[in-house]
Amino acid sequence: MDIQALAKDIPAEGEYSLEGIDFITSGKQYLTFLLGDEQYAVDILCVEEIRSWEQPTVIPNAPKYVKGVINMRGIIVPIIDLRLKFKVCQAIYNEFTVVIVLTVEIDEHSRTIGFVVDAVSDVLNAEDNEIKKSPYFGGCVPQTYIDGLINVGAKVVTLLNVETLQLIEKHKVD
Amino acid sequence: MSVDLSQFVPSFLEESFEGLELMESSLLNLDAGDNETIHSIFRAAHSIKGGAGTFGFNNVTEFTHLVETLLDEIRDGRRDITPKDTELLLVAVDCMRLLIEAARDDADYDEDKVSETTRLLELTLAMTRPSSDSEMVNIEQDSKTPAGKTWHITFIPEHHLVQTGNDPLLLFNALADLGELSLKAKTDLVPPIAEMDATELYISWELSLISEASEADIREVFEWVEDECTLEIVGTEVSPEPVGSSGGSDTAKTSASELSISSGASANAVQSPEKSDKNKTKSKQDAGSIRVGVDKVDSLINLMGELVITQSMLSELGNDFEISKLEKLKSGLDQLLQNTKELQESVMKIRMLPISFAFNRFPRLVHDLSIKTGKEMNLIIRGEQTELDKTVMEQIGDPLVHLVRNAVDHGIESSDIRLANGKPKSGTITLDAYHQGGNIIIEISDDGGGINREAVLNKAIEKGLVDSNATLSDSQVFDLLFEPGFSTAKEISDISGRGVGMDVVKRNIQSLGGRIQVESEPGKGSKFKVNLPLTLAILDGQLVRVGTEVYIIPLITIVESLQAKPEFINKVSGDMTLYRLREDNVPVIPIYQLFDLPADTKDVNNALLVVVEADGQKVGLMVDDLLAQQQVVIKSLKDNYQQVEGISGATILGDGSVAMIIDVPGMIEMAIERAHEKQNEHSLDGALV
Amino acid sequence: MTKILVVDDSNSIRDMVSFTLKSAGFETAEAKDGLEGLNKAKTGRYDLVISDVNMPNMDGITLCQELRKLPSFKFTPILMLTTESSDQMKMRGKAAGATGWLVKPFNPEKLLATIKRVVR
Repeated sequence: MDIQALAKDIPAEGEYSLEGIDFITSGKQYLTFLLGDEQYAVDILCVEEIRSWEQPTVIPNAPKYVKGVINMRGIIVPIIDLRLKFKVCQAIYNEFTVVIVLTVEIDEHSRTIGFVVDAVSDVLNAEDNEIKKSPYFGGCVPQTYIDGLINVGAKVVTLLNVETLQLIEKHKVD
Repeated sequence: MSVDLSQFVPSFLEESFEGLELMESSLLNLDAGDNETIHSIFRAAHSIKGGAGTFGFNNVTEFTHLVETLLDEIRDGRRDITPKDTELLLVAVDCMRLLIEAARDDADYDEDKVSETTRLLELTLAMTRPSSDSEMVNIEQDSKTPAGKTWHITFIPEHHLVQTGNDPLLLFNALADLGELSLKAKTDLVPPIAEMDATELYISWELSLISEASEADIREVFEWVEDECTLEIVGTEVSPEPVGSSGGSDTAKTSASELSISSGASANAVQSPEKSDKNKTKSKQDAGSIRVGVDKVDSLINLMGELVITQSMLSELGNDFEISKLEKLKSGLDQLLQNTKELQESVMKIRMLPISFAFNRFPRLVHDLSIKTGKEMNLIIRGEQTELDKTVMEQIGDPLVHLVRNAVDHGIESSDIRLANGKPKSGTITLDAYHQGGNIIIEISDDGGGINREAVLNKAIEKGLVDSNATLSDSQVFDLLFEPGFSTAKEISDISGRGVGMDVVKRNIQSLGGRIQVESEPGKGSKFKVNLPLTLAILDGQLVRVGTEVYIIPLITIVESLQAKPEFINKVSGDMTLYRLREDNVPVIPIYQLFDLPADTKDVNNALLVVVEADGQKVGLMVDDLLAQQQVVIKSLKDNYQQVEGISGATILGDGSVAMIIDVPGMIEMAIERAHEKQNEHSLDGALV
Repeated sequence: MTKILVVDDSNSIRDMVSFTLKSAGFETAEAKDGLEGLNKAKTGRYDLVISDVNMPNMDGITLCQELRKLPSFKFTPILMLTTESSDQMKMRGKAAGATGWLVKPFNPEKLLATIKRVVR
């Protein structure tokens, strides 16, 4: 999937372009992405931007999965590598590596964080009843981050909870 | 139609607080017989009372009325003002302030203080005035007649009535608002035209008004002309309280007081339901405001204009750029630099206010403290026009108050001791403010007894803050005053203590990016010097390189930079590296170790050290390279991330990359913690062996 | 257009009176003390003057006396804005040539209803 083409589909801040997105009246839209071979998704309304990977400025003594901070239009945005945070796979940084920048409002305070992923796949539409509960035994992604599972054809997409993703624990050695 | 006046509350409040300040400073500087000042104090109280009444701030109105009455007596010469009166009025001003603040925030206030002061004011007033003002007397309002009545009104104006500016026809217009009006003019007294004087009135009228209004309401319409006419009002029903007939002073008085009651009552009815809402929203929405001089705004507009010109010039150059135009481009960019610099300065100036706003509470404070301690004292204020950032000023207020109280309490000796030492009886406290570099320096000095070095040192040793063998310079000893836990019970007096210690003062100053130093000479006095950056958002920084990372060290913390000469390097206690800098032994902190970074320089020998100071402690930060010095805009890491140890914020460099700003005190703490951790490890090792 | 001159040293009172009058369709001019008020009067034409009593530079009573000396203000309605409603106050006002008075605390509706007695 061509990231650039996909990125064009996603409305940038202030732009409300409906082209290329199936406008379905019910259900919500999710942006799906890959961590290794696994598919994950987040509420597309929280996606502020999709950027290609650039080396951020290191934060001293931060956990390994906190790669540093970048300058995004004058805002200091921390970059968290989900592959390291969830320990699902190796973290490689190449020309295909992508950073999904999410902005979430919690208690009148909005937080913007960039998450490093392997690739962005598709925009998925799902109704609330399509989101199944995720069974929890084993698996490295803590339950608090998971809202549920969505079946797409034969595959399974893990829906992540953006609010909990935004909560960064104090510096702890994971 | 109802007129919403809530938009005027903020300006009324602002005006009132200014009025209170005027009252206070005038009272403090009052000379006997200075009538002009008394009048201005009276006017200030009078304005506040009037305005407060309009917005329904009744507590304020009632209290201020007493103050105003007392001031009225004084300005009229019915009472001579005594020092006791002045003191009482000062306390009254405090109460007025409390009441206005409570009205503004819709909050509680110190009721005991207010009622006590009220009592004293009433007592003082009672000593000359046999009866109190009739204004606050409650008179039962005439109840409106339940059904419409027909009123027969005979109005015979005196001939010169129009010369007062009153016009009978307009009076009748106003009367017509009350109901249905019909009238008949009697012209029998009108002279022939040839003899007529256009400024004289010879007509009288018979009017008939069908209205639900009361007789008082009708009389009210004629209140201004009562004395210039004959007025008869008769209603078809017998009214419960026969009010009497034509304009005599009795009726006039009743009507007038009823008028004031009814206007007061309706004012309350109109304002109070809105009052709680508007005060509440006000406190939420009120993010503070700044008064900006028009000159500052004009300068800003001019600079914007210049920026626009530079931008279009550069834009044109960019359109078809050729290498031959390079010089023009360079000069255009220089121009841009100049414009943005000037624009930046101009914008920063908008937030800048003269420090007089912070200093103006001190005359009163020193005056009160002087009385409380029984020590005679003088306050000299200099440099009050020196400007600084509004937010910095708001936050520096409390620390300054503490320092001044400290100077009064511990600095200035009692009059006896001063005289015995050949000093003037009055102690002098001096407040000074001036700009130095990109900072503002505030000095609080006293000509008191100075700080007792021995006593401080002994106390510190007692509290385990220093080693008994340590040799410390004077400034190091004085810095001990700022250690938490330093104050003794003796020092936590009512005046300077109660939980606000010097350590809090220092912490507040540091959180503003500043520092504080002490100078003192025994017998001569002390000076506290507070050094603050002019603004919180911008920092003068020294860029340094550690490995591949660029860090910024605040220039205000830097003492000097040097290359470490091997002969001055000492290793002590196994792990600590000390650098001998003249008299001091300065611990070396390798940034790469604390931050776990790759670095070029790992060996102290001949390494680049940036000597910084914080909390009276000097340390040498080891870096790979010294880069440029520049002003940086401070951006918080806390917005999207969290507090990082050793880092106070981040900034965006010219190339768009992010650089971290080093928090020097934080870094020192980190180093100390690491050292302690290491010690514990070693002692465990020792134990295991 | 009916023009009213508002004279008061308190910014907020002056603003409020002016605002109230403007919202009722009157045209207003302001002065912050008696002297400024007198100067404005000398160079303008007004249908009504509303003035506070206690002001620096020239109080309301004096202003009233001075205005009455001007030919264009001989019969112009002049109202004193005051917190005192004592007889003494009224007499002083009248003696100075005032047309009437308005009592503070200031109620906008009352103000508008009352000035109907002297302006259209």
